[in-house]
Amino acid sequence: MTTKKGIEVSIAVADAAKLARVEVVAAYPITPQTHIVEHLSEIVANGELEAKYINVESEHSAMSACCGASAAGARTFTSTSAQGLELMHEILFIASGMRLPIVMATVNRALSSPLSIWGDQSDVMAARDTGWIMLFCENGQECVDTTIMAFKIAEDRRVLLPVMVNLDGFSLSHVIEPIVLPSQEDVDAFLPPYSPLYTLHPDKPVTMGAYAMPELYTEAKFAQETAIQNSKVVVDEILEEFGKKSGRPYKAVETYNNDGNDFAFIALGSICENIKTCIDDLKSEGREAGLIQLRLFRPFPEDDFVKAIQGKKRLAIIERAMPGGASYGPLYNEIATLIHTHGLNIVAEDYICGLGGRDVQPEELKNVFATSPQKGKNITVIGVRE
Amino acid sequence: MAKPMDQYKWHELKVGCVIEEVGNANEYKTGDWRSQKPVHDNTKCTRCSLCWLFCPDSAVFEIEDEYFDTNLDYCKGCGICAKECKPGAITMVEEER
Repeated sequence: MTTKKGIEVSIAVADAAKLARVEVVAAYPITPQTHIVEHLSEIVANGELEAKYINVESEHSAMSACCGASAAGARTFTSTSAQGLELMHEILFIASGMRLPIVMATVNRALSSPLSIWGDQSDVMAARDTGWIMLFCENGQECVDTTIMAFKIAEDRRVLLPVMVNLDGFSLSHVIEPIVLPSQEDVDAFLPPYSPLYTLHPDKPVTMGAYAMPELYTEAKFAQETAIQNSKVVVDEILEEFGKKSGRPYKAVETYNNDGNDFAFIALGSICENIKTCIDDLKSEGREAGLIQLRLFRPFPEDDFVKAIQGKKRLAIIERAMPGGASYGPLYNEIATLIHTHGLNIVAEDYICGLGGRDVQPEELKNVFATSPQKGKNITVIGVRE
Repeated sequence: MAKPMDQYKWHELKVGCVIEEVGNANEYKTGDWRSQKPVHDNTKCTRCSLCWLFCPDSAVFEIEDEYFDTNLDYCKGCGICAKECKPGAITMVEEER
Protein backbone atom coordinates (compact mmCIF):
# COMPACT_ATOMS: atom_id res chain seq x y z
CA MET A 1 0.00 0.00 0.00
CA THR A 2 1.03 3.57 -0.41
CA THR A 3 0.99 6.17 2.33
CA LYS A 4 1.90 9.84 2.43
CA LYS A 5 5.10 10.79 4.14
CA GLY A 6 6.89 14.08 4.66
CA ILE A 7 9.91 14.12 2.37
CA GLU A 8 12.11 16.70 0.68
CA VAL A 9 11.00 16.94 -2.95
CA SER A 10 14.55 16.45 -4.31
CA ILE A 11 14.92 13.22 -2.35
CA ALA A 12 11.51 12.09 -3.57
CA VAL A 13 12.53 12.75 -7.20
CA ALA A 14 15.64 10.62 -6.69
CA ASP A 15 13.45 7.91 -5.15
CA ALA A 16 11.14 8.14 -8.17
CA ALA A 17 14.11 7.56 -10.48
CA LYS A 18 15.01 4.58 -8.32
CA LEU A 19 11.45 3.25 -8.53
CA ALA A 20 11.76 3.60 -12.32
CA ARG A 21 14.81 1.32 -12.04
CA VAL A 22 17.21 3.63 -13.86
CA GLU A 23 20.29 1.82 -15.06
CA VAL A 24 22.68 4.72 -15.67
CA VAL A 25 22.94 8.09 -13.95
CA ALA A 26 25.55 10.60 -15.15
CA ALA A 27 25.38 13.93 -13.42
CA TYR A 28 27.36 16.84 -12.07
CA PRO A 29 26.18 18.61 -8.92
CA ILE A 30 24.81 22.14 -9.14
CA THR A 31 22.54 24.04 -6.75
CA PRO A 32 19.56 23.59 -6.40
CA GLN A 33 19.63 20.19 -8.11
CA THR A 34 22.37 18.75 -5.87
CA HIS A 35 20.22 16.75 -3.48
CA ILE A 36 18.71 14.72 -6.33
CA VAL A 37 22.02 13.43 -7.68
CA GLU A 38 23.57 13.24 -4.22
CA HIS A 39 20.80 10.94 -3.03
CA LEU A 40 21.05 8.85 -6.20
CA SER A 41 24.80 8.46 -5.72
CA GLU A 42 24.14 7.31 -2.14
CA ILE A 43 21.60 4.68 -3.10
CA VAL A 44 23.79 3.42 -5.93
CA ALA A 45 26.80 3.27 -3.58
CA ASN A 46 24.93 1.41 -0.83
CA GLY A 47 23.47 -1.11 -3.26
CA GLU A 48 19.81 -0.06 -2.99
CA LEU A 49 19.79 0.79 -6.71
CA GLU A 50 21.50 -1.45 -9.21
CA ALA A 51 22.80 1.20 -11.58
CA LYS A 52 25.98 2.67 -12.95
CA TYR A 53 26.67 6.13 -11.53
CA ILE A 54 29.10 7.97 -13.79
CA ASN A 55 31.07 10.75 -12.13
CA VAL A 56 31.84 13.40 -14.72
CA GLU A 57 33.73 16.69 -14.72
CA SER A 58 30.97 18.89 -16.17
CA GLU A 59 27.37 18.96 -17.35
CA HIS A 60 28.58 18.82 -20.95
CA SER A 61 30.14 15.46 -20.10
CA ALA A 62 27.10 14.43 -18.04
CA MET A 63 24.74 14.78 -21.01
CA SER A 64 27.33 13.23 -23.35
CA ALA A 65 27.63 10.20 -21.05
CA CYS A 66 23.83 9.99 -20.89
CA CYS A 67 23.68 9.94 -24.70
CA GLY A 68 26.20 7.12 -24.81
CA ALA A 69 24.41 5.14 -22.11
CA SER A 70 21.02 5.60 -23.73
CA ALA A 71 22.43 4.64 -27.14
CA ALA A 72 23.77 1.48 -25.53
CA GLY A 73 20.23 0.68 -24.40
CA ALA A 74 20.23 1.73 -20.74
CA ARG A 75 17.41 3.55 -18.98
CA THR A 76 19.20 6.83 -18.31
CA PHE A 77 18.60 9.70 -15.89
CA THR A 78 20.28 12.97 -15.07
CA SER A 79 19.48 16.25 -13.44
CA THR A 80 20.78 19.80 -13.67
CA SER A 81 20.03 23.50 -13.17
CA ALA A 82 20.81 26.92 -14.67
CA GLN A 83 24.44 27.18 -15.88
CA GLY A 84 24.59 23.39 -15.94
CA LEU A 85 21.70 23.25 -18.41
CA GLU A 86 23.41 25.88 -20.55
CA LEU A 87 26.69 23.98 -20.47
CA MET A 88 24.92 20.86 -21.76
CA HIS A 89 22.92 22.90 -24.29
CA GLU A 90 24.89 21.62 -27.30
CA ILE A 91 24.30 18.01 -26.29
CA LEU A 92 20.56 18.55 -25.68
CA PHE A 93 20.10 18.79 -29.46
CA ILE A 94 22.13 15.62 -29.97
CA ALA A 95 19.97 13.67 -27.49
CA SER A 96 16.77 14.72 -29.25
CA GLY A 97 18.15 14.39 -32.79
CA MET A 98 19.39 10.87 -32.06
CA ARG A 99 16.02 10.11 -30.45
CA LEU A 100 17.49 8.98 -27.13
CA PRO A 101 14.85 8.60 -24.39
CA ILE A 102 16.85 10.21 -21.57
CA VAL A 103 14.92 11.65 -18.63
CA MET A 104 16.26 14.78 -16.95
CA ALA A 105 14.96 16.58 -13.89
CA THR A 106 15.70 20.24 -14.51
CA VAL A 107 15.54 22.18 -11.26
CA ASN A 108 14.81 25.62 -12.63
CA ARG A 109 17.15 28.35 -11.49
CA ALA A 110 18.12 31.87 -12.57
CA LEU A 111 21.05 32.27 -14.94
CA SER A 112 24.16 34.23 -14.09
CA SER A 113 25.06 37.12 -14.35
CA PRO A 114 24.48 38.51 -11.77
CA LEU A 115 25.16 35.24 -10.02
CA SER A 116 22.05 33.79 -8.45
CA ILE A 117 21.43 30.35 -7.10
CA TRP A 118 17.69 31.01 -6.70
CA GLY A 119 14.73 29.93 -8.72
CA ASP A 120 13.23 31.21 -11.93
CA GLN A 121 12.63 29.67 -15.37
CA SER A 122 15.18 31.50 -17.50
CA ASP A 123 17.29 28.33 -17.79
CA VAL A 124 14.60 26.13 -19.34
CA MET A 125 13.29 28.97 -21.50
CA ALA A 126 16.73 29.26 -23.07
CA ALA A 127 16.56 25.52 -23.85
CA ARG A 128 12.91 25.37 -24.90
CA ASP A 129 13.54 24.67 -28.59
CA THR A 130 16.02 21.82 -28.18
CA GLY A 131 13.54 19.17 -29.29
CA TRP A 132 12.94 17.77 -25.79
CA ILE A 133 9.49 16.99 -24.47
CA MET A 134 8.99 19.37 -21.53
CA LEU A 135 6.74 18.89 -18.53
CA PHE A 136 6.31 21.34 -15.63
CA CYS A 137 5.42 20.37 -12.07
CA GLU A 138 3.35 22.30 -9.59
CA ASN A 139 4.09 20.39 -6.37
CA GLY A 140 6.17 17.58 -4.94
CA GLN A 141 3.69 14.83 -5.73
CA GLU A 142 3.64 15.92 -9.36
CA CYS A 143 7.45 15.84 -9.44
CA VAL A 144 7.44 12.19 -8.34
CA ASP A 145 4.59 11.14 -10.62
CA THR A 146 5.94 13.10 -13.61
CA THR A 147 9.41 11.56 -13.24
CA ILE A 148 7.91 8.07 -13.43
CA MET A 149 5.61 8.99 -16.34
CA ALA A 150 8.50 10.69 -18.16
CA PHE A 151 10.29 7.36 -18.70
CA LYS A 152 7.18 5.77 -20.14
CA ILE A 153 6.59 8.73 -22.48
CA ALA A 154 10.24 8.91 -23.57
CA GLU A 155 10.60 5.18 -24.23
CA ASP A 156 7.32 4.68 -26.09
CA ARG A 157 8.19 3.42 -29.59
CA ARG A 158 5.93 6.12 -31.05
CA VAL A 159 7.96 8.80 -29.25
CA LEU A 160 11.62 7.92 -28.54
CA LEU A 161 12.56 11.41 -27.41
CA PRO A 162 14.24 12.80 -24.31
CA VAL A 163 11.95 14.24 -21.64
CA MET A 164 12.67 17.12 -19.30
CA VAL A 165 10.84 17.24 -15.97
CA ASN A 166 10.91 20.85 -14.77
CA LEU A 167 10.59 21.73 -11.11
CA ASP A 168 11.19 25.13 -9.57
CA GLY A 169 14.41 25.55 -7.63
CA PHE A 170 13.98 25.83 -3.84
CA SER A 171 10.24 26.56 -3.93
CA LEU A 172 9.86 22.92 -4.98
CA SER A 173 13.25 21.25 -4.79
CA HIS A 174 14.01 22.15 -1.17
CA VAL A 175 10.62 22.01 0.49
CA ILE A 176 9.35 19.09 2.53
CA GLU A 177 5.93 17.99 1.36
CA PRO A 178 3.59 15.11 2.13
CA ILE A 179 4.17 12.80 -0.82
CA VAL A 180 2.92 9.35 -1.78
CA LEU A 181 5.75 7.28 -3.19
CA PRO A 182 4.18 4.53 -5.30
CA SER A 183 5.13 0.96 -4.44
CA GLN A 184 7.75 -0.82 -6.52
CA GLU A 185 5.11 -3.31 -7.71
CA ASP A 186 2.85 -0.51 -8.96
CA VAL A 187 5.70 1.22 -10.78
CA ASP A 188 6.87 -2.07 -12.30
CA ALA A 189 3.34 -2.77 -13.51
CA PHE A 190 3.11 0.70 -15.06
CA LEU A 191 6.63 0.96 -16.46
CA PRO A 192 8.04 -2.17 -18.13
CA PRO A 193 11.81 -2.52 -18.63
CA TYR A 194 13.20 -0.36 -21.44
CA SER A 195 13.28 -2.21 -24.73
CA PRO A 196 15.41 -0.12 -27.10
CA LEU A 197 14.75 -0.03 -30.85
CA TYR A 198 18.46 0.18 -31.66
CA THR A 199 21.47 -0.34 -29.44
CA LEU A 200 25.20 0.00 -29.81
CA HIS A 201 26.19 -3.63 -29.59
CA PRO A 202 29.06 -5.42 -31.33
CA ASP A 203 26.79 -8.35 -32.25
CA LYS A 204 24.74 -6.09 -34.50
CA PRO A 205 26.65 -2.95 -35.37
CA VAL A 206 24.72 0.16 -36.41
CA THR A 207 25.75 3.75 -37.08
CA MET A 208 24.22 6.40 -34.83
CA GLY A 209 24.62 10.15 -35.14
CA ALA A 210 26.00 10.06 -38.66
CA TYR A 211 26.70 13.05 -40.88
CA ALA A 212 23.82 14.30 -43.04
CA MET A 213 24.50 16.11 -46.29
CA PRO A 214 22.23 18.96 -47.42
CA GLU A 215 20.28 16.35 -49.44
CA LEU A 216 19.17 14.63 -46.22
CA TYR A 217 19.29 17.09 -43.29
CA THR A 218 15.88 18.65 -43.98
CA GLU A 219 14.19 15.22 -44.13
CA ALA A 220 15.95 14.18 -40.92
CA LYS A 221 14.78 17.27 -39.02
CA PHE A 222 11.27 16.96 -40.50
CA ALA A 223 11.07 13.37 -39.20
CA GLN A 224 12.22 14.53 -35.75
CA GLU A 225 9.75 17.43 -35.70
CA THR A 226 6.92 15.11 -36.73
CA ALA A 227 7.86 12.79 -33.86
CA ILE A 228 7.67 15.51 -31.19
CA GLN A 229 4.45 16.96 -32.61
CA ASN A 230 2.89 13.48 -32.68
CA SER A 231 4.07 12.69 -29.14
CA LYS A 232 1.19 14.75 -27.69
CA VAL A 233 -1.22 11.82 -28.21
CA VAL A 234 1.10 9.50 -26.31
CA VAL A 235 1.61 12.02 -23.50
CA ASP A 236 -2.18 12.24 -23.11
CA GLU A 237 -2.51 8.45 -23.11
CA ILE A 238 0.17 7.96 -20.47
CA LEU A 239 -1.10 10.78 -18.25
CA GLU A 240 -4.55 9.19 -18.39
CA GLU A 241 -3.26 5.69 -17.67
CA PHE A 242 -1.23 6.93 -14.72
CA GLY A 243 -4.21 8.86 -13.42
CA LYS A 244 -6.41 5.76 -13.55
CA LYS A 245 -3.86 3.57 -11.82
CA SER A 246 -2.78 6.05 -9.14
CA GLY A 247 -6.02 7.94 -8.58
CA ARG A 248 -4.15 11.18 -9.29
CA PRO A 249 -5.43 12.46 -12.65
CA TYR A 250 -3.18 14.60 -14.84
CA LYS A 251 -3.81 16.55 -18.03
CA ALA A 252 -1.50 18.33 -20.47
CA VAL A 253 -3.41 21.54 -19.79
CA GLU A 254 -5.00 21.93 -16.37
CA THR A 255 -7.56 24.55 -15.51
CA TYR A 256 -8.77 25.97 -12.21
CA ASN A 257 -12.00 27.93 -11.84
CA ASN A 258 -11.78 28.58 -15.57
CA ASP A 259 -15.40 28.18 -16.65
CA GLY A 260 -17.85 31.03 -16.95
CA ASN A 261 -15.45 33.95 -16.46
CA ASP A 262 -13.59 36.13 -18.93
CA PHE A 263 -10.18 36.43 -17.28
CA ALA A 264 -7.46 33.78 -16.87
CA PHE A 265 -3.94 33.59 -15.56
CA ILE A 266 -1.56 31.43 -17.58
CA ALA A 267 1.50 30.00 -15.89
CA LEU A 268 3.96 27.14 -15.54
CA GLY A 269 5.20 25.37 -12.43
CA SER A 270 4.93 25.99 -8.72
CA ILE A 271 3.63 29.56 -9.03
CA CYS A 272 0.29 28.01 -10.03
CA GLU A 273 -0.31 27.23 -6.34
CA ASN A 274 0.03 30.94 -5.46
CA ILE A 275 -2.28 31.80 -8.33
CA LYS A 276 -4.89 29.34 -7.03
CA THR A 277 -4.69 31.02 -3.61
CA CYS A 278 -5.15 34.37 -5.33
CA ILE A 279 -8.14 33.04 -7.29
CA ASP A 280 -9.73 31.73 -4.05
CA ASP A 281 -9.20 35.13 -2.40
CA LEU A 282 -10.77 36.90 -5.37
CA LYS A 283 -13.69 34.48 -5.27
CA SER A 284 -14.33 35.25 -1.60
CA GLU A 285 -14.52 38.92 -2.64
CA GLY A 286 -17.05 38.08 -5.33
CA ARG A 287 -14.63 38.33 -8.27
CA GLU A 288 -13.95 35.51 -10.73
CA ALA A 289 -10.68 34.57 -12.40
CA GLY A 290 -9.44 31.33 -13.91
CA LEU A 291 -6.08 29.61 -14.20
CA ILE A 292 -4.79 27.78 -17.26
CA GLN A 293 -1.75 25.78 -16.32
CA LEU A 294 0.53 24.21 -18.89
CA ARG A 295 1.77 20.93 -17.50
CA LEU A 296 3.05 20.09 -20.99
CA PHE A 297 5.05 22.87 -22.66
CA ARG A 298 6.75 20.92 -25.51
CA PRO A 299 5.08 19.83 -27.68
CA PHE A 300 2.89 22.87 -27.08
CA PRO A 301 -0.63 21.52 -26.43
CA GLU A 302 -2.20 23.89 -28.93
CA ASP A 303 -5.69 22.34 -29.24
CA ASP A 304 -6.21 21.89 -25.50
CA PHE A 305 -4.95 25.38 -24.83
CA VAL A 306 -7.09 27.07 -27.45
CA LYS A 307 -10.11 25.23 -26.06
CA ALA A 308 -9.28 26.54 -22.56
CA ILE A 309 -9.10 30.19 -23.65
CA GLN A 310 -12.39 30.16 -25.56
CA GLY A 311 -14.67 32.92 -24.29
CA LYS A 312 -11.89 34.80 -22.51
CA LYS A 313 -11.50 38.54 -22.92
CA ARG A 314 -8.24 39.00 -21.06
CA LEU A 315 -5.28 36.74 -20.31
CA ALA A 316 -2.47 37.48 -17.88
CA ILE A 317 0.62 35.49 -18.79
CA ILE A 318 2.76 35.05 -15.72
CA GLU A 319 6.34 34.12 -16.55
CA ARG A 320 9.63 33.79 -14.74
CA ALA A 321 12.08 34.81 -17.48
CA MET A 322 13.11 38.10 -19.11
CA PRO A 323 12.47 38.50 -22.86
CA GLY A 324 16.18 39.03 -23.53
CA GLY A 325 15.54 41.68 -26.16
CA ALA A 326 12.37 40.15 -27.61
CA SER A 327 9.21 42.26 -27.56
CA TYR A 328 7.67 39.97 -24.94
CA GLY A 329 8.58 36.98 -22.80
CA PRO A 330 8.83 33.51 -24.35
CA LEU A 331 5.53 32.19 -23.00
CA TYR A 332 3.68 35.32 -24.10
CA ASN A 333 5.03 34.99 -27.63
CA GLU A 334 3.67 31.45 -27.94
CA ILE A 335 0.24 32.48 -26.70
CA ALA A 336 0.00 35.69 -28.71
CA THR A 337 0.79 33.63 -31.81
CA LEU A 338 -2.05 31.21 -31.07
CA ILE A 339 -4.51 34.04 -30.36
CA HIS A 340 -3.56 35.52 -33.74
CA THR A 341 -3.60 32.30 -35.78
CA HIS A 342 -6.92 31.22 -34.29
CA GLY A 343 -8.44 34.63 -34.97
CA LEU A 344 -9.44 35.18 -31.34
CA ASN A 345 -10.29 38.57 -29.92
CA ILE A 346 -8.45 38.35 -26.59
CA VAL A 347 -6.19 40.89 -24.92
CA ALA A 348 -3.04 39.21 -23.64
CA GLU A 349 -0.82 40.87 -21.07
CA ASP A 350 2.68 39.79 -20.13
CA TYR A 351 3.78 39.81 -16.49
CA ILE A 352 7.40 39.00 -15.66
CA CYS A 353 7.93 38.04 -12.02
CA GLY A 354 9.71 35.78 -9.57
CA LEU A 355 13.14 36.40 -11.06
CA GLY A 356 16.19 35.13 -9.19
CA GLY A 357 14.09 33.66 -6.41
CA ARG A 358 12.00 36.75 -5.61
CA ASP A 359 8.75 35.82 -3.90
CA VAL A 360 5.50 36.52 -5.67
CA GLN A 361 2.74 37.23 -3.18
CA PRO A 362 -0.94 36.52 -3.85
CA GLU A 363 -1.53 40.27 -3.29
CA GLU A 364 0.67 41.08 -6.28
CA LEU A 365 -1.25 38.59 -8.39
CA LYS A 366 -4.51 40.18 -7.25
CA ASN A 367 -3.14 43.49 -8.53
CA VAL A 368 -2.58 41.82 -11.90
CA PHE A 369 -6.27 41.00 -11.97
CA ALA A 370 -7.24 44.52 -10.90
CA THR A 371 -4.99 46.60 -13.16
CA SER A 372 -3.78 46.36 -16.72
CA PRO A 373 -0.29 47.34 -17.89
CA GLN A 374 0.16 50.95 -18.92
CA LYS A 375 2.53 52.81 -21.21
CA GLY A 376 1.13 51.37 -24.41
CA LYS A 377 2.88 48.05 -24.14
CA ASN A 378 1.31 44.98 -22.59
CA ILE A 379 4.32 44.04 -20.50
CA THR A 380 4.97 44.60 -16.81
CA VAL A 381 7.75 43.49 -14.48
CA ILE A 382 5.98 42.86 -11.19
CA GLY A 383 7.53 44.55 -8.17
CA VAL A 384 10.46 46.25 -9.90
CA ARG A 385 11.50 49.36 -7.96
CA GLU A 386 11.32 52.35 -10.27
CA MET B 1 22.35 3.22 -48.41
CA ALA B 2 19.85 1.42 -50.52
CA LYS B 3 19.34 4.42 -52.82
CA PRO B 4 20.91 7.83 -53.40
CA MET B 5 20.48 10.29 -50.49
CA ASP B 6 18.41 12.78 -52.43
CA GLN B 7 15.72 10.17 -53.08
CA TYR B 8 14.84 9.45 -49.43
CA LYS B 9 11.54 10.76 -48.09
CA TRP B 10 11.43 11.83 -44.45
CA HIS B 11 9.35 8.83 -43.36
CA GLU B 12 11.75 6.40 -45.00
CA LEU B 13 14.56 7.34 -42.59
CA LYS B 14 15.20 5.15 -39.57
CA VAL B 15 14.43 6.62 -36.13
CA GLY B 16 17.25 9.00 -35.21
CA CYS B 17 18.76 8.45 -38.70
CA VAL B 18 20.31 5.19 -37.55
CA ILE B 19 22.12 3.35 -40.34
CA GLU B 20 21.62 -0.39 -40.01
CA GLU B 21 23.81 -1.64 -42.87
CA VAL B 22 27.48 -1.92 -42.05
CA GLY B 23 30.25 -0.57 -44.29
CA ASN B 24 28.16 1.70 -46.47
CA ALA B 25 30.76 4.49 -46.28
CA ASN B 26 32.25 2.53 -49.18
CA GLU B 27 29.40 3.77 -51.37
CA TYR B 28 30.00 7.38 -50.52
CA LYS B 29 32.36 9.32 -52.81
CA THR B 30 33.80 12.36 -51.06
CA GLY B 31 35.83 13.97 -53.85
CA ASP B 32 33.09 15.93 -55.57
CA TRP B 33 33.89 19.33 -54.06
CA ARG B 34 37.47 19.47 -55.36
CA SER B 35 38.43 22.52 -57.48
CA GLN B 36 41.86 21.28 -58.65
CA LYS B 37 43.10 17.80 -59.40
CA PRO B 38 46.67 16.43 -59.35
CA VAL B 39 48.10 15.25 -62.69
CA HIS B 40 51.11 12.89 -62.52
CA ASP B 41 53.90 13.19 -65.12
CA ASN B 42 55.73 9.87 -65.05
CA THR B 43 58.57 11.17 -67.24
CA LYS B 44 59.64 13.31 -64.24
CA CYS B 45 58.57 10.93 -61.42
CA THR B 46 61.41 9.26 -59.46
CA ARG B 47 58.99 6.81 -57.80
CA CYS B 48 60.03 8.07 -54.33
CA SER B 49 56.44 7.58 -53.03
CA LEU B 50 56.32 10.86 -51.06
CA CYS B 51 52.95 11.68 -52.69
CA TRP B 52 51.57 8.34 -51.50
CA LEU B 53 53.03 8.92 -48.02
CA PHE B 54 51.78 12.50 -47.57
CA CYS B 55 48.26 12.23 -49.00
CA PRO B 56 46.00 12.94 -45.97
CA ASP B 57 43.12 11.04 -47.59
CA SER B 58 45.12 7.97 -48.70
CA ALA B 59 43.85 8.74 -52.20
CA VAL B 60 47.22 8.15 -53.89
CA PHE B 61 47.74 4.58 -55.03
CA GLU B 62 50.48 2.63 -56.72
CA ILE B 63 50.16 1.68 -60.39
CA GLU B 64 52.27 -0.35 -62.80
CA ASP B 65 56.07 -0.13 -62.51
CA GLU B 66 55.87 1.50 -59.04
CA TYR B 67 54.51 4.81 -60.38
CA PHE B 68 51.58 6.53 -58.66
CA ASP B 69 48.18 7.89 -59.52
CA THR B 70 45.33 9.57 -57.55
CA ASN B 71 41.85 8.20 -56.91
CA LEU B 72 39.67 11.17 -57.84
CA ASP B 73 36.64 9.70 -56.02
CA TYR B 74 38.34 10.68 -52.77
CA CYS B 75 41.02 13.31 -53.62
CA LYS B 76 40.01 16.74 -52.19
CA GLY B 77 42.53 18.62 -54.32
CA CYS B 78 44.54 19.91 -51.35
CA GLY B 79 47.78 19.94 -53.38
CA ILE B 80 50.02 18.46 -50.67
CA CYS B 81 51.27 15.80 -53.10
CA ALA B 82 52.29 18.46 -55.65
CA LYS B 83 53.94 20.56 -52.94
CA GLU B 84 55.95 17.59 -51.60
CA CYS B 85 56.95 16.19 -55.02
CA LYS B 86 60.68 17.09 -55.29
CA PRO B 87 61.12 16.61 -59.06
CA GLY B 88 57.88 18.53 -59.75
CA ALA B 89 56.15 15.59 -61.41
CA ILE B 90 52.69 16.50 -60.04
CA THR B 91 50.80 19.54 -61.33
CA MET B 92 47.52 20.81 -59.88
CA VAL B 93 45.10 21.45 -62.75
CA GLU B 94 41.89 23.49 -62.53
CA GLU B 95 38.80 21.30 -62.92
CA GLU B 96 35.67 22.36 -64.67
CA ARG B 97 32.36 20.51 -64.45
